[in-house]
Amino acid sequence: MKIKLKTTIVMSLTLLSSLFCSALATASAEGKKGDPVNTAEEITEYIQHHVKDSHDFHLFTHFSEGEEHHIGFPLPVILYGEKGLTAFMSSAFHHDDSGHEIVEKNSSRFVRNHGTIYELAEGASSVEFDEAHHPVNASKPIDLSITKSVFGILVIGLLMLLWFGKLGRQYKKNAVPTGFGRVLEPLVIYVRDEIAKPNIGHKYRKFTGYLMTVFFFVWILNLLGLAPFGFNVTGQLAVTAALAIFTLVIYLFSSNKHFWSHQLWMPGVPYLLRPLLAIIELAGTLIIKPFSLMVRLFANITAGHIVVMSLIAIGISMQNQMTAVGSTALSLVLSLFITLIEVLVAFLQAYIFTMLSALFIGMAVDEGHH
Amino acid sequence: MALAMIQEATSLVPNLVGAGLIVIGAGIGLGQIGRGAMEGIARQPEATNKIQTAMIIIAALLEGLAFAAIFLGK
Repeated sequence: MKIKLKTTIVMSLTLLSSLFCSALATASAEGKKGDPVNTAEEITEYIQHHVKDSHDFHLFTHFSEGEEHHIGFPLPVILYGEKGLTAFMSSAFHHDDSGHEIVEKNSSRFVRNHGTIYELAEGASSVEFDEAHHPVNASKPIDLSITKSVFGILVIGLLMLLWFGKLGRQYKKNAVPTGFGRVLEPLVIYVRDEIAKPNIGHKYRKFTGYLMTVFFFVWILNLLGLAPFGFNVTGQLAVTAALAIFTLVIYLFSSNKHFWSHQLWMPGVPYLLRPLLAIIELAGTLIIKPFSLMVRLFANITAGHIVVMSLIAIGISMQNQMTAVGSTALSLVLSLFITLIEVLVAFLQAYIFTMLSALFIGMAVDEGHH
Repeated sequence: MALAMIQEATSLVPNLVGAGLIVIGAGIGLGQIGRGAMEGIARQPEATNKIQTAMIIIAALLEGLAFAAIFLGK
């Protein structure tokens, strides 16, 4: 197989220069005010920062002349505390996450400690915790803020509305879509013909909207977590729990008598066993199925992110054992392959979530021809 | 000091043994799925698509269990 000379030269130069640049960057890692860097701590914090939700967008920090400069933008913080609804921008906290900066608003005082916002009681200046890690002199207001994940959901929702709305309107005029709709149409048809119709049967039209929404929503958000400057939305337990609850509500409300009669009084089983099996089936339908939907998506995505970032961090943490260039090369190759696998996992998890939702809905609306 | 380190290390052993068992279980399970899928495809190459789809679905269910166990354990 003849590989062109120009291609070889370009690719080797790219690889070597990227190795060189990252080796330079990692070799000169210095913390704030020139303190030696505790690598394990920094790496843990780096990973936690990507995986956890936060009240502002923090793209990166750079140090110049010993000063920290945070690049990012703040998001609205909306709290419902003891004195009612309070709203302010998260820049009021001045990047403080350890409970020192007190924000006074609406005659309430708020601090932020490790991502959670507390409302201080009268006379308290910082939050104290007892042994069970409950705050002693503060209360937790209901946090309705636009956090990173909420922002992501809103932006992606808007994007999906634009794309699919445009595609849907196009069908009034021509049978063949133009523009980005051309990319979306085969995917939409795939969801309808391979996921919705086989699993739900002839009543599939009522549920295709939900299935397509959930499929593209989960897929795009999974990919967003892997992209540069991307943030983690589907790796939040709250987001996957909400999606699982949607599926639960939909298949509970569309379930018919036939479904429940088979769940609670199943034919073909000795009468004495039926109550026991009914309890198991009930637990399965109401608790285990949505719970497994939630945990499957959350765990796959979060574990994937942690693995990718740990492999990237190998480039920094193993510098001393195998020279900066060596560790960077290893981390580059490994994280590249794992990222490719994660791209596959992003699609796969979206497909599995949608397929299982379709399966559960299909089971609930099944008429049962005997 | 060394005793404290050893104590801390050994307190992680149940965690690690559990994680290892989970991975063994998932590995064996996925291997069985793969074996069944390969045999099915070998017998009937024209059913490859359906078999592949079913294999992926069952694999995802199994991975969900494995991940749930790992996350609940640590």
